[in-house]
Amino acid sequence: MVKLDAIQKRLITEIADLHSIPAGAYNFRANSQLAGRNTTANIDIVSKADGSGIDVHIKPGTKNESVHIPVVLSESGISETVCNDFFIGEDADVVIVAGCGIHNCGSQDSEHDGVHRFFVGRGAKVKYVEKHYGSGDGNGKRILNPVTECYMAEDSVMEMEMEQIKGVDSTERTTLAELKSGAKLVVKERLMTHGRQNAVSSYQVNLNGAGATADVVSRSVARNDSSQTFNARITGNAPCSGHTECDSIIMDRGHILAIPSLEANDVDAMLVHEAAIGKIAGDQLIKLMTLGLTEAEAEEQIINGFLR
Amino acid sequence: MLEIRNLSFAVSEEDREKEIIHDLSLTVEDGRFVVITGPNGSGKSTLARLIMGIEKPLSGQILFDGEDITALDIPSRAKRGISFAFQQPVRFKGIRVQDLLRLAAGKNLSLSAACTYLSEVGLCARDYIDREINASLSGGELKRIEIATLLARQTRLSVFDEPEAGIDLWSFQNLIRIFENMRREIKDSSIVIISHQERILQIADEIVVLADGRITKRGRPDEVLPGLIGKSAPVSACEKLQ
Repeated sequence: MVKLDAIQKRLITEIADLHSIPAGAYNFRANSQLAGRNTTANIDIVSKADGSGIDVHIKPGTKNESVHIPVVLSESGISETVCNDFFIGEDADVVIVAGCGIHNCGSQDSEHDGVHRFFVGRGAKVKYVEKHYGSGDGNGKRILNPVTECYMAEDSVMEMEMEQIKGVDSTERTTLAELKSGAKLVVKERLMTHGRQNAVSSYQVNLNGAGATADVVSRSVARNDSSQTFNARITGNAPCSGHTECDSIIMDRGHILAIPSLEANDVDAMLVHEAAIGKIAGDQLIKLMTLGLTEAEAEEQIINGFLR
Repeated sequence: MLEIRNLSFAVSEEDREKEIIHDLSLTVEDGRFVVITGPNGSGKSTLARLIMGIEKPLSGQILFDGEDITALDIPSRAKRGISFAFQQPVRFKGIRVQDLLRLAAGKNLSLSAACTYLSEVGLCARDYIDREINASLSGGELKRIEIATLLARQTRLSVFDEPEAGIDLWSFQNLIRIFENMRREIKDSSIVIISHQERILQIADEIVVLADGRITKRGRPDEVLPGLIGKSAPVSACEKLQ
């Protein structure tokens, strides 16, 4: 096992809000090597035989336990693809925290492509939190291309919080979800791009069973010369309900393309989409300035609130 | 003390300047509760916005506690002790009631302090503290939260632009009570309210009547109100034609 250095520790703090070793199960990966692992009586983590990633097995009925799987890259020029599978037993109720932090001071690109697949058992409840963060002042790019797939059994619930606030040069995130009857998916995505960053986020949610519901909400801020594409599609194949919303603040010379789309193959599918793009409203700035904030401070508060 | 000296303000309208405020002078002493009233388009809200620095005057001066603040921007005036309640409170996605109160107080606000300000405006802190200031709040709720932010600021001068606009009758009863409380606890701070409401006019130390950007009348409620009540406008039609 590798000992974490100061940069790696800082990255872990940013992506997983962890200041020390967490309670519960965890698997730390640093510069493509295993840096620490802990399993519990109910949660087992095993490396895949081909070395491509890990399998996380959560026993049925496991309650109030957590799994942390942070990844940090602090060397320039690393390019890796990791496949992690999560098997969540029936009626389990767990929190899974994943995230990747890249610190690239070198001139070569660093890239982490993670594929996370969730097999959520009947009646299980999962909260999945994923944060991405990049830092470093080298010329090498920081690239993250996460793929998330959720296969949700009857009456399972999955809440996903995806956040990418700083420093990732290029990202293309793809999320696929298949929901059986009574399953519920709630996605909260937060994205901020700056400089010349480019971010693409695509969702395909298939509501396949009666009573399945999905709520996919993205809020994003595009600053400087950055570019964003949000492409969310909800398909209703049964009596179900789905809602997708993309709300963006555009600043400077940013570019935002929002493509929410709906597809219904059942007469009782109720699907709604909303999309809005706009700059920060002048009266919002003025209101906060009347409280004594400078224009820049007011802008910061508005963005912080928006991305909460 | 607020002193407005020979203030003029104009907007550009179809290649020409249209003057909204004409050479207006007004002094608001400390400890005073002054209500500015007048017909729509008389320049009341513009005057309030000029005091806060949201609009810049064409000419004239604004002095606050003896300092010329005419050239100061909004945050500088706020820091010197002027606060402003919007006629139409602003909505923010993601900013919660407690965040706004904290920003208003300019420091970390304890839950009990936030609770005090909210109950002062008739809102239960437990129900509102975590609410976002977004479209889910009604006009009346927003108005009260707006007033609570001014209470949290505790400034020397508070300016309210039509606090009664857009609120229902029930909320209005509460609003009057809030201003009556403020009136009692004014001490050495002062309050300027832009209002049409008789009940707010009644509790004023002084009523200032504005028409076409000029002060047409000012005095105690018993001097000014009889001339206003029962008329269709504070200025008679004949006067306007002259």
